Amino acid sequence: MINKQVANVKEALKGLSGGMTLMLGGFGLCGIPENAISEMVDMDIKNLTCISNNAGVDDFGLGLLLKKNQIKKMVSSYVGENDEFERQMLSGELDVELIPQGTLAERCRAAQAGFPAIYTPAGYGTEVAEGKETRDFDGKMYVLETAFKADFSFVKAWKGDAAGNLMFKATARNFNPNMCGAATITIAEVEELVPAGSLDPNQIHIPGIFVQRIFEGKGYEKRIEKRTVRQKT
Amino acid sequence: MLDKIGIAKRIAKEVKNGYYVNLGIGIPTLVANYVREDIEVEFQSENGVLGMGPFPFEGEEDADLINAGKQTITTLEGASFFDSATSFSMIRGKHVDLTILGAMEVSGNGDIANWKIPGYMVKGMGGAMDLVASAENIIVAMMHTNKKGDSKLLKRCSLPLTGVGCVKKVVTNLAVLEVTSDGFKLLERAPGVSVEAIQNATEGPLIIDGEVPEMDL
Repeated sequence: MINKQVANVKEALKGLSGGMTLMLGGFGLCGIPENAISEMVDMDIKNLTCISNNAGVDDFGLGLLLKKNQIKKMVSSYVGENDEFERQMLSGELDVELIPQGTLAERCRAAQAGFPAIYTPAGYGTEVAEGKETRDFDGKMYVLETAFKADFSFVKAWKGDAAGNLMFKATARNFNPNMCGAATITIAEVEELVPAGSLDPNQIHIPGIFVQRIFEGKGYEKRIEKRTVRQKT
Repeated sequence: MLDKIGIAKRIAKEVKNGYYVNLGIGIPTLVANYVREDIEVEFQSENGVLGMGPFPFEGEEDADLINAGKQTITTLEGASFFDSATSFSMIRGKHVDLTILGAMEVSGNGDIANWKIPGYMVKGMGGAMDLVASAENIIVAMMHTNKKGDSKLLKRCSLPLTGVGCVKKVVTNLAVLEVTSDGFKLLERAPGVSVEAIQNATEGPLIIDGEVPEMDL
Protein backbone atom coordinates (compact mmCIF):
# COMPACT_ATOMS: atom_id res chain seq x y z
CA MET A 1 0.00 0.00 0.00
CA ILE A 2 1.22 3.48 -0.81
CA ASN A 3 0.81 5.52 2.33
CA LYS A 4 -0.66 9.02 1.84
CA GLN A 5 -1.33 9.79 5.46
CA VAL A 6 0.11 12.94 7.00
CA ALA A 7 -0.04 13.86 10.68
CA ASN A 8 -2.08 17.02 10.59
CA VAL A 9 -3.37 19.94 8.57
CA LYS A 10 -0.07 21.84 8.84
CA GLU A 11 1.84 19.01 7.24
CA ALA A 12 -0.89 18.54 4.66
CA LEU A 13 -0.66 22.14 3.48
CA LYS A 14 3.13 22.12 3.00
CA GLY A 15 4.11 23.91 -0.19
CA LEU A 16 0.96 25.99 -0.32
CA SER A 17 1.74 29.67 -0.82
CA GLY A 18 0.20 32.95 -1.90
CA GLY A 19 -0.75 33.51 -5.53
CA MET A 20 -1.70 29.87 -6.12
CA THR A 21 -4.86 28.52 -7.73
CA LEU A 22 -6.92 26.26 -5.50
CA MET A 23 -9.95 24.03 -5.87
CA LEU A 24 -12.18 23.66 -2.84
CA GLY A 25 -14.98 21.13 -2.59
CA GLY A 26 -18.38 21.77 -1.05
CA PHE A 27 -21.84 23.06 -1.90
CA GLY A 28 -22.82 26.00 0.25
CA LEU A 29 -21.36 25.06 3.63
CA CYS A 30 -22.02 21.36 3.05
CA GLY A 31 -18.92 19.19 2.61
CA ILE A 32 -16.37 22.01 2.74
CA PRO A 33 -12.73 21.42 3.80
CA GLU A 34 -13.12 23.27 7.11
CA ASN A 35 -9.69 22.37 8.49
CA ALA A 36 -7.79 23.46 5.38
CA ILE A 37 -9.66 26.77 5.24
CA SER A 38 -8.92 27.53 8.92
CA GLU A 39 -5.26 26.76 8.35
CA MET A 40 -5.13 29.08 5.33
CA VAL A 41 -6.59 31.85 7.46
CA ASP A 42 -3.78 31.27 10.00
CA MET A 43 -1.12 31.09 7.27
CA ASP A 44 -2.38 34.46 6.01
CA ILE A 45 -1.44 33.65 2.41
CA LYS A 46 -2.80 36.17 -0.11
CA ASN A 47 -3.72 36.57 -3.77
CA LEU A 48 -5.40 33.21 -3.98
CA THR A 49 -7.54 32.14 -6.90
CA CYS A 50 -10.27 29.87 -5.56
CA ILE A 51 -12.36 27.54 -7.69
CA SER A 52 -15.36 26.64 -5.57
CA ASN A 53 -19.07 26.45 -6.31
CA ASN A 54 -19.90 28.99 -3.60
CA ALA A 55 -18.00 31.53 -1.54
CA GLY A 56 -19.18 30.61 1.95
CA VAL A 57 -21.07 32.99 4.20
CA ASP A 58 -19.76 36.11 5.90
CA ASP A 59 -18.27 34.29 8.88
CA PHE A 60 -17.76 30.73 7.71
CA GLY A 61 -16.25 28.73 4.87
CA LEU A 62 -14.48 30.77 2.20
CA GLY A 63 -16.06 33.86 3.73
CA LEU A 64 -13.28 33.65 6.35
CA LEU A 65 -10.63 34.09 3.65
CA LEU A 66 -12.63 36.82 1.91
CA LYS A 67 -12.94 38.81 5.10
CA LYS A 68 -9.14 38.93 5.37
CA ASN A 69 -8.77 39.86 1.69
CA GLN A 70 -6.82 36.68 0.99
CA ILE A 71 -8.70 35.92 -2.21
CA LYS A 72 -7.86 37.71 -5.45
CA LYS A 73 -10.21 35.82 -7.70
CA MET A 74 -13.19 33.49 -7.27
CA VAL A 75 -14.47 31.06 -9.88
CA SER A 76 -17.96 30.05 -8.74
CA SER A 77 -21.49 29.44 -9.94
CA TYR A 78 -23.50 30.99 -7.12
CA VAL A 79 -22.46 33.54 -4.53
CA GLY A 80 -25.77 34.81 -3.21
CA GLU A 81 -25.31 34.18 0.50
CA ASN A 82 -22.32 36.39 1.21
CA ASP A 83 -22.67 40.17 1.65
CA GLU A 84 -18.93 40.78 1.93
CA PHE A 85 -18.39 38.86 -1.29
CA GLU A 86 -21.01 40.92 -3.09
CA ARG A 87 -19.48 44.14 -1.77
CA GLN A 88 -15.95 43.19 -2.88
CA MET A 89 -17.23 42.08 -6.28
CA LEU A 90 -19.34 45.17 -7.00
CA SER A 91 -16.50 47.47 -5.83
CA GLY A 92 -14.04 45.65 -8.10
CA GLU A 93 -11.69 44.53 -5.27
CA LEU A 94 -12.40 40.93 -6.08
CA ASP A 95 -12.16 39.42 -9.53
CA VAL A 96 -15.08 37.03 -10.08
CA GLU A 97 -15.71 34.54 -12.85
CA LEU A 98 -19.24 33.18 -12.64
CA ILE A 99 -19.81 30.00 -14.61
CA PRO A 100 -22.64 27.48 -14.81
CA GLN A 101 -22.58 24.87 -12.05
CA GLY A 102 -22.44 21.90 -14.41
CA THR A 103 -19.63 23.57 -16.36
CA LEU A 104 -17.70 24.07 -13.13
CA ALA A 105 -18.09 20.39 -12.28
CA GLU A 106 -17.12 19.29 -15.77
CA ARG A 107 -14.05 21.58 -15.97
CA CYS A 108 -12.87 19.87 -12.77
CA ARG A 109 -13.66 16.45 -14.12
CA ALA A 110 -11.90 17.24 -17.42
CA ALA A 111 -8.75 18.16 -15.47
CA GLN A 112 -9.07 14.93 -13.49
CA ALA A 113 -9.67 12.82 -16.58
CA GLY A 114 -7.08 14.33 -18.91
CA PHE A 115 -9.37 16.18 -21.30
CA PRO A 116 -8.11 19.65 -22.32
CA ALA A 117 -11.64 20.93 -22.87
CA ILE A 118 -15.25 19.91 -23.24
CA TYR A 119 -18.26 21.15 -25.23
CA THR A 120 -21.35 22.05 -23.25
CA PRO A 121 -24.67 23.62 -24.27
CA ALA A 122 -24.77 25.58 -21.01
CA GLY A 123 -24.37 29.31 -21.46
CA TYR A 124 -24.68 29.37 -25.25
CA GLY A 125 -26.12 32.72 -26.35
CA THR A 126 -25.31 34.33 -22.97
CA GLU A 127 -22.39 36.42 -21.73
CA VAL A 128 -20.79 33.23 -20.38
CA ALA A 129 -20.03 32.22 -23.97
CA GLU A 130 -18.51 35.57 -24.98
CA GLY A 131 -15.05 35.13 -26.49
CA LYS A 132 -15.32 31.35 -26.43
CA GLU A 133 -15.33 28.98 -29.37
CA THR A 134 -18.80 27.64 -30.21
CA ARG A 135 -19.74 24.77 -32.44
CA ASP A 136 -22.78 23.13 -33.94
CA PHE A 137 -23.31 19.42 -33.27
CA ASP A 138 -26.43 17.96 -34.89
CA GLY A 139 -28.15 21.33 -35.07
CA LYS A 140 -27.53 22.41 -31.49
CA MET A 141 -24.92 24.94 -30.38
CA TYR A 142 -22.26 24.20 -27.80
CA VAL A 143 -19.55 26.23 -26.02
CA LEU A 144 -15.96 25.03 -25.65
CA GLU A 145 -14.90 25.15 -22.00
CA THR A 146 -11.34 24.36 -20.96
CA ALA A 147 -10.18 22.12 -18.12
CA PHE A 148 -9.15 23.92 -14.95
CA LYS A 149 -5.49 24.13 -13.99
CA ALA A 150 -4.90 24.29 -10.26
CA ASP A 151 -2.01 23.87 -7.84
CA PHE A 152 -3.93 22.35 -4.94
CA SER A 153 -7.30 20.70 -4.57
CA PHE A 154 -8.86 20.59 -1.09
CA VAL A 155 -11.58 18.05 -0.54
CA LYS A 156 -13.56 16.88 2.44
CA ALA A 157 -14.70 13.27 2.81
CA TRP A 158 -16.56 11.28 5.43
CA LYS A 159 -14.23 8.29 5.72
CA GLY A 160 -10.83 7.59 4.27
CA ASP A 161 -7.84 5.33 4.77
CA ALA A 162 -4.07 5.77 4.60
CA ALA A 163 -4.10 4.68 0.94
CA GLY A 164 -6.13 7.81 0.18
CA ASN A 165 -9.36 5.96 -0.60
CA LEU A 166 -12.41 8.10 0.11
CA MET A 167 -16.08 7.70 0.92
CA PHE A 168 -18.47 10.64 1.07
CA LYS A 169 -21.69 11.09 2.97
CA ALA A 170 -25.04 12.20 1.52
CA THR A 171 -24.97 15.55 -0.31
CA ALA A 172 -21.62 16.44 1.29
CA ARG A 173 -20.24 14.59 -1.73
CA ASN A 174 -21.05 17.30 -4.33
CA PHE A 175 -17.91 18.67 -6.04
CA ASN A 176 -15.42 16.83 -3.83
CA PRO A 177 -15.01 13.69 -5.97
CA ASN A 178 -14.71 15.77 -9.16
CA MET A 179 -11.87 17.82 -7.68
CA CYS A 180 -9.83 14.79 -6.61
CA GLY A 181 -6.85 14.46 -8.93
CA ALA A 182 -7.87 17.62 -10.79
CA ALA A 183 -5.00 19.71 -9.34
CA THR A 184 -1.27 19.05 -9.06
CA ILE A 185 -1.73 18.01 -5.43
CA THR A 186 -5.00 16.80 -3.90
CA ILE A 187 -5.38 17.02 -0.14
CA ALA A 188 -8.23 15.12 1.47
CA GLU A 189 -9.41 15.81 4.98
CA VAL A 190 -11.70 13.20 6.45
CA GLU A 191 -13.93 12.99 9.49
CA GLU A 192 -12.72 9.51 10.20
CA LEU A 193 -9.42 8.03 9.10
CA VAL A 194 -9.83 4.27 9.34
CA PRO A 195 -7.10 1.59 9.20
CA ALA A 196 -6.17 0.53 5.67
CA GLY A 197 -8.11 -2.56 4.70
CA SER A 198 -11.19 -1.69 6.72
CA LEU A 199 -13.05 0.06 3.89
CA ASP A 200 -14.84 -2.30 1.53
CA PRO A 201 -13.23 -1.77 -1.91
CA ASN A 202 -16.72 -2.11 -3.43
CA GLN A 203 -17.90 0.94 -1.55
CA ILE A 204 -15.06 3.36 -2.26
CA HIS A 205 -16.16 6.51 -4.11
CA ILE A 206 -12.68 7.84 -4.95
CA PRO A 207 -9.65 5.55 -5.30
CA GLY A 208 -6.50 6.69 -3.50
CA ILE A 209 -4.60 7.25 -6.77
CA PHE A 210 -6.38 10.62 -7.05
CA VAL A 211 -5.24 11.75 -3.58
CA GLN A 212 -1.70 12.78 -2.58
CA ARG A 213 -2.19 13.57 1.11
CA ILE A 214 -4.83 12.58 3.62
CA PHE A 215 -5.41 13.50 7.25
CA GLU A 216 -8.11 13.24 9.87
CA GLY A 217 -9.67 16.65 10.44
CA LYS A 218 -10.66 18.04 13.81
CA GLY A 219 -13.61 19.85 15.31
CA TYR A 220 -15.96 19.89 12.34
CA GLU A 221 -18.61 22.51 12.87
CA LYS A 222 -20.74 21.48 9.84
CA ARG A 223 -22.82 24.59 10.02
CA ILE A 224 -26.33 24.43 8.56
CA GLU A 225 -27.06 27.35 6.26
CA LYS A 226 -30.85 27.05 6.14
CA ARG A 227 -32.37 24.92 8.83
CA THR A 228 -35.79 23.89 7.56
CA VAL A 229 -38.01 21.52 9.49
CA ARG A 230 -41.59 20.30 9.50
CA GLN A 231 -43.78 19.87 12.53
CA LYS A 232 -44.91 16.50 13.83
CA THR A 233 -48.67 16.27 13.51
CA MET B 1 -55.33 36.11 -9.17
CA LEU B 2 -53.12 33.38 -7.69
CA ASP B 3 -50.66 33.62 -4.83
CA LYS B 4 -47.37 31.71 -4.86
CA ILE B 5 -49.04 28.58 -3.53
CA GLY B 6 -51.66 28.82 -6.26
CA ILE B 7 -48.93 28.98 -8.91
CA ALA B 8 -47.27 25.93 -7.33
CA LYS B 9 -50.60 24.06 -7.29
CA ARG B 10 -51.21 24.78 -10.97
CA ILE B 11 -47.71 23.68 -11.97
CA ALA B 12 -48.05 20.50 -9.88
CA LYS B 13 -50.67 19.40 -12.41
CA GLU B 14 -47.95 19.32 -15.09
CA VAL B 15 -46.03 16.67 -13.15
CA LYS B 16 -46.80 13.24 -14.60
CA ASN B 17 -46.36 9.68 -13.38
CA GLY B 18 -42.78 8.42 -13.79
CA TYR B 19 -41.22 11.87 -14.07
CA TYR B 20 -37.84 12.85 -12.69
CA VAL B 21 -38.24 16.52 -11.80
CA ASN B 22 -35.78 19.27 -10.93
CA LEU B 23 -37.23 22.09 -8.87
CA GLY B 24 -35.58 25.49 -8.65
CA ILE B 25 -35.46 27.75 -5.62
CA GLY B 26 -38.55 29.75 -4.56
CA ILE B 27 -42.02 28.99 -5.94
CA PRO B 28 -40.78 25.83 -7.76
CA THR B 29 -39.76 24.25 -4.42
CA LEU B 30 -43.40 24.53 -3.28
CA VAL B 31 -44.58 22.41 -6.22
CA ALA B 32 -43.46 19.21 -4.46
CA ASN B 33 -46.14 19.76 -1.81
CA TYR B 34 -49.01 19.62 -4.32
CA VAL B 35 -48.15 16.74 -6.64
CA ARG B 36 -50.90 14.09 -6.81
CA GLU B 37 -50.31 11.34 -4.31
CA ASP B 38 -51.36 8.53 -6.63
CA ILE B 39 -48.39 9.00 -9.01
CA GLU B 40 -44.71 8.11 -8.66
CA VAL B 41 -42.32 11.03 -9.08
CA GLU B 42 -38.70 11.55 -8.02
CA PHE B 43 -37.30 14.97 -7.27
CA GLN B 44 -33.71 15.69 -8.23
CA SER B 45 -31.67 18.39 -6.57
CA GLU B 46 -28.59 19.37 -8.53
CA ASN B 47 -26.29 19.37 -5.50
CA GLY B 48 -26.46 15.60 -5.68
CA VAL B 49 -29.63 13.83 -4.59
CA LEU B 50 -32.40 11.98 -6.37
CA GLY B 51 -35.45 10.94 -4.39
CA MET B 52 -35.64 14.04 -2.22
CA GLY B 53 -38.24 13.98 0.56
CA PRO B 54 -39.81 16.60 2.80
CA PHE B 55 -38.04 18.73 5.40
CA PRO B 56 -36.86 16.74 8.45
CA PHE B 57 -38.60 16.81 11.80
CA GLU B 58 -37.05 19.15 14.31
CA GLY B 59 -33.98 17.57 15.86
CA GLU B 60 -33.45 15.26 12.87
CA GLU B 61 -31.68 17.76 10.61
CA ASP B 62 -28.44 16.54 9.04
CA ALA B 63 -25.89 19.16 7.95
CA ASP B 64 -24.71 16.71 5.28
CA LEU B 65 -28.15 16.42 3.71
CA ILE B 66 -29.40 19.54 1.96
CA ASN B 67 -31.09 20.58 -1.29
CA ALA B 68 -29.86 23.06 -3.90
CA GLY B 69 -31.44 25.87 -1.86
CA LYS B 70 -29.19 24.79 1.05
CA GLN B 71 -32.25 23.75 3.07
CA THR B 72 -32.13 20.65 5.25
CA ILE B 73 -34.10 17.79 3.67
CA THR B 74 -34.79 14.06 3.95
CA THR B 75 -34.71 11.29 1.37
CA LEU B 76 -37.41 8.84 0.34
CA GLU B 77 -37.23 5.13 -0.41
CA GLY B 78 -35.11 4.55 -3.51
CA ALA B 79 -33.06 7.71 -3.10
CA SER B 80 -29.46 8.05 -4.22
CA PHE B 81 -26.55 10.47 -3.78
CA PHE B 82 -23.98 11.39 -6.41
CA ASP B 83 -21.30 13.93 -7.28
CA SER B 84 -21.89 17.20 -9.14
CA ALA B 85 -20.62 15.97 -12.51
CA THR B 86 -23.00 13.00 -12.36
CA SER B 87 -25.81 15.32 -11.31
CA PHE B 88 -25.34 17.50 -14.37
CA SER B 89 -24.97 14.42 -16.57
CA MET B 90 -28.56 13.67 -15.55
CA ILE B 91 -29.52 17.20 -16.54
CA ARG B 92 -27.51 17.76 -19.74
CA GLY B 93 -28.05 14.17 -20.80
CA LYS B 94 -31.83 14.78 -20.75
CA HIS B 95 -32.53 12.13 -18.13
CA VAL B 96 -34.51 14.64 -16.08
CA ASP B 97 -38.02 14.95 -17.53
CA LEU B 98 -39.18 18.30 -16.21
CA THR B 99 -37.46 21.43 -14.97
CA ILE B 100 -39.35 24.09 -13.06
CA LEU B 101 -37.57 27.33 -12.28
CA GLY B 102 -38.13 30.97 -11.48
CA ALA B 103 -37.27 33.95 -13.68
CA MET B 104 -36.88 37.71 -13.65
CA GLU B 105 -37.81 37.98 -17.34
CA VAL B 106 -39.03 35.71 -20.13
CA SER B 107 -39.33 36.77 -23.76
CA GLY B 108 -41.84 35.72 -26.38
CA ASN B 109 -39.21 33.62 -28.15
CA GLY B 110 -38.48 31.61 -25.00
CA ASP B 111 -35.36 33.40 -23.75
CA ILE B 112 -34.99 33.57 -20.00
CA ALA B 113 -33.09 35.91 -17.65
CA ASN B 114 -32.77 35.04 -13.99
CA TRP B 115 -29.22 35.41 -12.71
CA LYS B 116 -27.98 38.97 -12.79
CA ILE B 117 -28.99 42.61 -12.59
CA PRO B 118 -25.86 44.46 -13.78
CA GLY B 119 -24.34 46.77 -11.18
CA TYR B 120 -26.92 45.85 -8.59
CA MET B 121 -27.47 42.18 -7.90
CA VAL B 122 -25.17 39.38 -8.95
CA LYS B 123 -25.90 36.08 -7.29
CA GLY B 124 -24.78 33.84 -10.11
CA MET B 125 -26.50 31.34 -12.34
CA GLY B 126 -25.93 28.24 -10.21
CA GLY B 127 -27.26 25.33 -12.22
CA ALA B 128 -29.82 27.36 -14.14
CA MET B 129 -27.79 27.71 -17.36
CA ASP B 130 -27.14 23.97 -17.51
CA LEU B 131 -30.80 23.25 -16.83
CA VAL B 132 -32.26 25.61 -19.44
CA ALA B 133 -29.71 24.69 -22.11
CA SER B 134 -30.57 21.02 -21.92
CA ALA B 135 -34.02 20.31 -20.56
CA GLU B 136 -36.70 19.48 -23.12
CA ASN B 137 -39.51 20.51 -20.84
CA ILE B 138 -39.02 23.77 -18.96
CA ILE B 139 -41.76 25.54 -17.02
CA VAL B 140 -41.15 28.96 -15.56
CA ALA B 141 -42.93 29.86 -12.32
CA MET B 142 -43.07 33.57 -11.60
CA MET B 143 -45.22 36.59 -10.89
CA HIS B 144 -46.55 38.20 -14.07
CA THR B 145 -45.14 41.62 -13.16
CA ASN B 146 -42.24 42.81 -10.99
CA LYS B 147 -42.51 44.86 -7.80
CA LYS B 148 -42.70 48.09 -9.83
CA GLY B 149 -45.61 46.65 -11.80
CA ASP B 150 -43.65 46.18 -15.04
CA SER B 151 -44.33 43.11 -17.14
CA LYS B 152 -41.90 40.22 -16.84
CA LEU B 153 -43.18 38.71 -20.10
CA LEU B 154 -41.35 40.74 -22.71
CA LYS B 155 -40.69 41.09 -26.41
CA ARG B 156 -36.96 40.84 -25.63
CA CYS B 157 -35.29 40.31 -22.26
CA SER B 158 -33.46 43.40 -21.02
CA LEU B 159 -31.34 41.58 -18.42
CA PRO B 160 -28.37 39.29 -19.19
CA LEU B 161 -29.72 35.99 -20.50
CA THR B 162 -29.60 32.63 -18.78
CA GLY B 163 -30.57 30.74 -21.92
CA VAL B 164 -31.98 31.30 -25.39
CA GLY B 165 -35.19 29.92 -26.89
CA CYS B 166 -35.65 27.34 -24.16
CA VAL B 167 -38.78 28.13 -22.11
CA LYS B 168 -41.81 26.09 -23.13
CA LYS B 169 -44.42 27.20 -20.63
CA VAL B 170 -44.92 30.02 -18.13
CA VAL B 171 -47.25 29.87 -15.13
CA THR B 172 -47.83 33.19 -13.38
CA ASN B 173 -50.24 34.60 -10.83
CA LEU B 174 -52.44 35.65 -13.79
CA ALA B 175 -52.15 33.00 -16.46
CA VAL B 176 -50.75 29.86 -18.05
CA LEU B 177 -48.95 30.64 -21.29
CA GLU B 178 -47.24 28.46 -23.88
CA VAL B 179 -44.21 29.81 -25.72
CA THR B 180 -44.80 29.41 -29.47
CA SER B 181 -42.93 30.62 -32.54
CA ASP B 182 -45.26 33.65 -32.58
CA GLY B 183 -45.03 34.53 -28.89
CA PHE B 184 -46.95 33.77 -25.70
CA LYS B 185 -50.10 31.80 -26.36
CA LEU B 186 -52.63 32.33 -23.59
CA LEU B 187 -53.84 28.91 -22.46
CA GLU B 188 -55.60 29.60 -19.17
CA ARG B 189 -56.63 32.52 -16.96
CA ALA B 190 -56.21 32.53 -13.19
CA PRO B 191 -59.55 32.52 -11.32
CA GLY B 192 -61.24 35.90 -11.63
CA VAL B 193 -58.64 37.36 -14.00
CA SER B 194 -59.87 38.76 -17.33
CA VAL B 195 -58.15 38.39 -20.69
CA GLU B 196 -57.86 42.17 -20.74
CA ALA B 197 -55.98 42.23 -17.41
CA ILE B 198 -53.52 39.67 -18.81
CA GLN B 199 -53.11 41.73 -21.99
CA ASN B 200 -52.37 44.82 -19.91
CA ALA B 201 -49.73 42.99 -17.86
CA THR B 202 -47.99 41.40 -20.85
CA GLU B 203 -45.49 43.44 -22.85
CA GLY B 204 -44.44 40.60 -25.17
CA PRO B 205 -46.54 39.27 -28.07
CA LEU B 206 -49.69 37.64 -26.69
CA ILE B 207 -51.76 35.25 -28.76
CA ILE B 208 -55.40 34.85 -27.83
CA ASP B 209 -57.11 32.10 -29.73
CA GLY B 210 -60.83 31.90 -29.01
CA GLU B 211 -62.29 31.44 -25.54
CA VAL B 212 -59.62 31.22 -22.82
CA PRO B 213 -60.69 28.92 -19.99
CA GLU B 214 -60.16 29.59 -16.32
CA MET B 215 -57.58 27.37 -14.55
CA ASP B 216 -58.88 24.28 -12.87
CA LEU B 217 -56.97 24.00 -9.61
